[in-house]
Amino acid sequence: MQLVDVDIAKHTIELKVNGRPSNLVLDPRTSLLDALREHLHLTGTKKGCDHGQCGACTVLLNGRRINSCLTLAVMHEGDEIVTVEGLGSPQALHPLQAAFVERDGFQCGYCTSGQICSAVGMLAEVKAGWPSHVTADVASQQIELTAEEIRERMSGNICRCAAYPNIVAAIRDVAEGARR
Amino acid sequence: MRPFIYERATDARAAIAAMSTAGAKFISGGTNLLDLMKLEIEQPTHLVDISRLAFKDIEELPDGGLRIGAQASNSDTAADRRVRTRYPLLSQALVAGASGQLRNKASVGGNLLQRTRCPYFYDTASACNKRNPGSGCSAIGGLNRSHAILGGSDACIATHPSDMAVAMTVLDAQIELLGANQAARRVAIADFYRLPGDTPHIETVLGPNEMITGVVLPPPPPGRQVYRKVRDRASYAFALVSVAAIVATDGGTITSARVGFGGVAPKPWRSVEAEAALMGRPATMATYRDAAEAAMTHAIGRGQNDFKIELAKRTLCRTLAQVAQVG
Repeated sequence: MQLVDVDIAKHTIELKVNGRPSNLVLDPRTSLLDALREHLHLTGTKKGCDHGQCGACTVLLNGRRINSCLTLAVMHEGDEIVTVEGLGSPQALHPLQAAFVERDGFQCGYCTSGQICSAVGMLAEVKAGWPSHVTADVASQQIELTAEEIRERMSGNICRCAAYPNIVAAIRDVAEGARR
Repeated sequence: MRPFIYERATDARAAIAAMSTAGAKFISGGTNLLDLMKLEIEQPTHLVDISRLAFKDIEELPDGGLRIGAQASNSDTAADRRVRTRYPLLSQALVAGASGQLRNKASVGGNLLQRTRCPYFYDTASACNKRNPGSGCSAIGGLNRSHAILGGSDACIATHPSDMAVAMTVLDAQIELLGANQAARRVAIADFYRLPGDTPHIETVLGPNEMITGVVLPPPPPGRQVYRKVRDRASYAFALVSVAAIVATDGGTITSARVGFGGVAPKPWRSVEAEAALMGRPATMATYRDAAEAAMTHAIGRGQNDFKIELAKRTLCRTLAQVAQVG
């Protein structure tokens, strides 16, 4: 099949990741995920399905969790992007990172950065009082973060090692710690 | 992915003007379009980014209704206090769909325009009249467990995947469109989607340059609202069957009823037959079963999806019983 005759001029954009701005020259087809991994060499964010089904590529965009595989890097000039590298470091783990270690919330670890970024976004959503599919009354502003709520809210992150019970426990620890 | 030219629209007029380029498409959340572009099912040569246009707000209307901007995210819409208290079934439908990550990115306008998840539409090696008009329908006589039992044709039995649109259908939402030369119009959601007939690739009445700018919800109708979704997994799966119902009763008699189905038809399916069978009748299981039979009178199973006919009936009965119980 003949390729359509379009000018695939590259775009020069400034992408702000983990508080640090970088200038990138990108083919407009570059997903945010590929920009992070291949251009900024932030390989903590993982590519699983590349179709928004597995959640391994989850990052925070202006504080909200998204699938970085399903958006174009050129669409995010001026946005604040946070990856797992921006949450904590081996010397100073984010509370969720520490809880995943403590609770053994992973086996192979491939989905873990996505799980942790997703959990950070999810806890902010709960704090903001967002309802979920298992919230009995969607009008209620007070969400009790039960194991059922965590499982529903984290359903966009697949763990093929099935570390789910420990992932839920890690998230509960952090949520309860924050409440104390 | 095929190459394309990317441009970010600065205002609606510029965005609509850019659509006169052959092969141009709007992109907003991108969660469905980019998925399809990676598979080369969608092959735009020009992408017009409308995600930063000023259509994000959810506003009160003087008549007691609500206007939801087309660029509002699915999650902002679901979490809006006015939506949650006055249109709870819309919140319920939104949080029943996709995942937290997708809802944060997906726009309301994009949700309305999302494409079917028919596996043959996704499989470029298969015949599909929606993807490649005239090539045939692999689902008819094929693996059609997830397919339509109402509104399909010999050319296509794909279902519309949206939960949100089913809720909006029973709310009698109006869709605001903006075209070239600032031509604005409103289309009732019931008239927005087209049934496949011989042209399953044409899914809505949206004109080639038109943009969805918002969705207008009239004041909520009387009665209680419930959205119930039945699927293969407890979460993060498309509906096999879903039901949106708004029912008001007075002394055990049904005084108004609105019923919609998802997962069973090429568009969000309003059942006027079920509504007629409920009106003025006692709020009992016998009435609900009559309504369910009326709703499925014209249902056609294609083999693997035969079960959906009974499932739709039972889901409607259960939902109606739940609505009647709420207060």
